[in-house]
Amino acid sequence: MNDRAACDPFGVPSTPHALELSHVVKRYGEITAVNGLDLVVPNGGCVGLLGPNGAGKSTTMRMLTAQTIADEGQITVLGHELPGDSKAARARMGVVPQLDNLDTTLTVEQNLVVFSHLYRVPKARRKAAIERVLKIANLGERRDSKVDELSGGMRRRLLIGRALIHQPQLVLLDEPTVGLDPQVRQELWALIDLLRSEGVSILMSTHYIEEAERLCDSVTIVSHGSAVAVGAPTDLVAEHAGRDAVEIYGSPERLVEVEAEMAKEGFPTRRTGTSIAVLGLDDAAGRAPAGERRPANLEDVFVLLTGEEIA
Amino acid sequence: MSTVPLEEREPGRLERTAIGGVLVREIINFSSYWRSTTFSSTVEPTIYLLAFGFGFGSLVSVVGGYDYIDFVATGTVATAVLFSSIFPAMFGTFIKYKFQHTYDAILAAPVDTEELVTGEALWLAMRASVYGCAPLLVGLVFGLDPSWGMLAVPAINFVAGYGWACTGVAIAGWLKGIENFNYVTSAVITPLFLVAGTFFPLTGLPGWVQALAQLNPLFHCVQLVRHAAFGWEGWADVWNFAFLITFGLLMWRVAIAAMERKLID
Repeated sequence: MNDRAACDPFGVPSTPHALELSHVVKRYGEITAVNGLDLVVPNGGCVGLLGPNGAGKSTTMRMLTAQTIADEGQITVLGHELPGDSKAARARMGVVPQLDNLDTTLTVEQNLVVFSHLYRVPKARRKAAIERVLKIANLGERRDSKVDELSGGMRRRLLIGRALIHQPQLVLLDEPTVGLDPQVRQELWALIDLLRSEGVSILMSTHYIEEAERLCDSVTIVSHGSAVAVGAPTDLVAEHAGRDAVEIYGSPERLVEVEAEMAKEGFPTRRTGTSIAVLGLDDAAGRAPAGERRPANLEDVFVLLTGEEIA
Repeated sequence: MSTVPLEEREPGRLERTAIGGVLVREIINFSSYWRSTTFSSTVEPTIYLLAFGFGFGSLVSVVGGYDYIDFVATGTVATAVLFSSIFPAMFGTFIKYKFQHTYDAILAAPVDTEELVTGEALWLAMRASVYGCAPLLVGLVFGLDPSWGMLAVPAINFVAGYGWACTGVAIAGWLKGIENFNYVTSAVITPLFLVAGTFFPLTGLPGWVQALAQLNPLFHCVQLVRHAAFGWEGWADVWNFAFLITFGLLMWRVAIAAMERKLID
């Protein structure tokens, strides 16, 4: 990290955080999309922004590139205040959008050439930068293929690789594996893990719990535009759900009764669709209900904190 | 992983590197579709030229003191510039914004809306500058006399094309749906195109139409091209050129404002 700060081209004093949002608010007319959000990505950290659809994740991502301007609050990216200094921040940050916006009639390599220009990679290093990305994204053999001819997984690897062309210090990943099959998802996880190991700071929005659990040092769970929990996945599980969950199955009517009974006992519950998961049983001893016992997980916490019904 | 050092200065406004990046993207993309675009941009005005030139040319041999085919050949230059800049600007901008999400990717890079619009307009102006010469070349084949002044035509085309490209970007930024483009085409572009002295001189039209034509950038472009080919007319051409420059600068700012409203919320 230190050598990176030392050769910082803009001479910005190094900050402890790659990215920091405090009390950020964004309104669209009557709707408040982001409502006093606090979020920190430490240097070299990988933070997951976890929340249901409509929680304000995408708005937050757009605010980090100043394509959406916050109404209130402060945003600092790599030591630069947004929106005023956003261009300097964007020069050192890579963005992987949720929607594939590659130039589909161009080849893999041509797409990278375009972005090496947009991200101001000096001429002398362009070739090496492109080779490096082709290697990271494992697309060396497809360099001359048109994007149209690539599989979904290859396109996504190119989309991620494209964001790394200028060796950014911070990478934003907006739902990086949405809509992909498990094999491809694993491949991308390995790629993201590689970035992490190289010390790149990462902010990743996702609603795949497993993705956050595997990749993130810390997650911020957002609901209705503000953070409802922050911490390492295992800590959040321990704090909000406990060690184990007990799942109770039954008819829908029975499940409603179980919910009421557990509420009376003071145990938090959450629906899984087919059962009721009873949480917070660490100190329950003999009061724990009968049912299938399993380790509690981040999904329990997620549903518990963000609510069961999506507006 | 060490950082690739960027330019050793704080980023500012309207940076050459940023505008250059937008241009590079367009140029590389152009390599994949230049055939069809070049075909339509050159064949269409040529058809106009031949149809009007020979169609009307058989009825009227001399218009405003020029051979009719010469009159149309020079007039069609301005039309070619208009069509090859405003339409790609309208449709291209809308498609890149709405369907391909290209602008999201560009604005996530160190490029501002101002630079994005400038780069796109410069590119279309360059293209229009070249395509606009096609009718002149065809005219030369059909007997238009070459003159030194014609060498100024690409520059005239560039200035006019820049203004039209910015107009197209502004329209795309301003309208909500691509189907609304029809209104603009019918109500704005077609009248501009017809009342510009391209196919017939304006002298036969009512006074108020002639007065309105003075506000039509296409009219000034037609005048300039014609005078470049047949002989400059002093202050009249200074006025024509000043009008085109003003039009370009004005629409440039309008296009930026429209796109900022659209792209940044």
